[in-house]
Amino acid sequence: MPTFTLIHFQFLCWAALWTVGLSAIAFVGGGLVGFGVALARISSTRWVRILATAYIQVVQGTPLLILLFLFYFGIAIVGFKEVPAIFAAGLGLTIYSSGFLAEIWRGCIESVPKTQWEAAECLSLSRWQRLTRVILPQAMRIATAPTVGFLVQIVKNTSLASVVGFVELSQAGKLVNNSIFEPFTIFMVVAAIYFVLCYPLSTWSRSLERKLNVGRR
Amino acid sequence: MTYQFDFAALLPYWREFAMGVWLTLQLSFVATVLGFVLGTLCAIGRSDGAPWVKALVACYVEVIRNTPLLVQIFIIYFGIATLGLHVDANVAAVLALVVNVGAYTSEIVRAGLESIHKSQLEAAECLGLSRPQTYWHVIVRPAIERVYPALTSQYVLLMLASSITSQISAEELTAVANRIQSDTFRSFETYIVVGVLYLALSFVVRIAFWLFGLVVFVRRRKLGTAL
Repeated sequence: MPTFTLIHFQFLCWAALWTVGLSAIAFVGGGLVGFGVALARISSTRWVRILATAYIQVVQGTPLLILLFLFYFGIAIVGFKEVPAIFAAGLGLTIYSSGFLAEIWRGCIESVPKTQWEAAECLSLSRWQRLTRVILPQAMRIATAPTVGFLVQIVKNTSLASVVGFVELSQAGKLVNNSIFEPFTIFMVVAAIYFVLCYPLSTWSRSLERKLNVGRR
Repeated sequence: MTYQFDFAALLPYWREFAMGVWLTLQLSFVATVLGFVLGTLCAIGRSDGAPWVKALVACYVEVIRNTPLLVQIFIIYFGIATLGLHVDANVAAVLALVVNVGAYTSEIVRAGLESIHKSQLEAAECLGLSRPQTYWHVIVRPAIERVYPALTSQYVLLMLASSITSQISAEELTAVANRIQSDTFRSFETYIVVGVLYLALSFVVRIAFWLFGLVVFVRRRKLGTAL
């Protein structure tokens, strides 16, 4: 019976790189889509707002696991056979994080005092100028801590990409387990690697929070 | 796109979908109640316990919050088996969910406890309330009242996250979906149906929490504060 060796550990570390890669894809993709949705959510047109709200409700109201399955099988239906699993996983995670980031950022934008909008209007800035020159720079300072906090969620949730067969850290753990069957040891190591990835982000988020003193604004 | 949608193929399975929904609700309910108790005790321990209790709770919270639920489920499920005990997948699932949500609850409740002003404690002391009385009436209840919206969101997320327990074959909604789609080969339709069911469930859970809040938080209801 083979046991857990350095080679298995190396394999897990290599897979952890894919976890990081997938997280980066989800964060960048989700950030771009989410930013658009956040702006739509505070749009001055009513139906755009309703649409954005519906999008957020749907994304936040369905489990990520189901989203991943939908994209995994949906891509095949649209006509792309043989797409690599990273495509479905990346797309699912992008949509998932966009729904949450949009809501986080909307909150940050709306927490900028209304007087700032009014003052900018008095300076006869256009709506777009008001947003980009006055509101967003202030909202960004408030947004950094929760965004870094959400990054931890993204890293953790990439573990679900294993269900569509993408070999990231969790899937690698399952694969190693299939060959040596020491589930407890293996998943403890997997959890430890996740912890090493996430803990610095959590700490960073907390220190940002303290520095900006968001709670006592 | 030449795909023909066929939702009719899923109709004969309505009973199984219903069973899945029911088990998801049961899992979430038990995990919510036990997780709330565990989390509240941890929060009290962390803000007012002995140093070693504080350290222990801090460790527990950090470890759980920085590792994925999927891995926690595997560790608990296989860990119990390694100990030589045989438990039902559903029990292992509930256990994992409780351990997981307990950590999040404890952080939320702790925020609530910290928001109670010191003058409230002094006032309670002046009124001659005993320690347990102070805890219950002045600290814990108002604290939970304040963080109730955050708790609601956390437990809706818990209900959605219970889908992950399908990975250890707890027979909840997602596991049911996995089985039905392999029976019918109607994968996309199955997951659309299940997605809609989860969406409906999350609304139901939200409404249930809102009603529960109306019943429990009398003061808040009288003040007309939104829950």
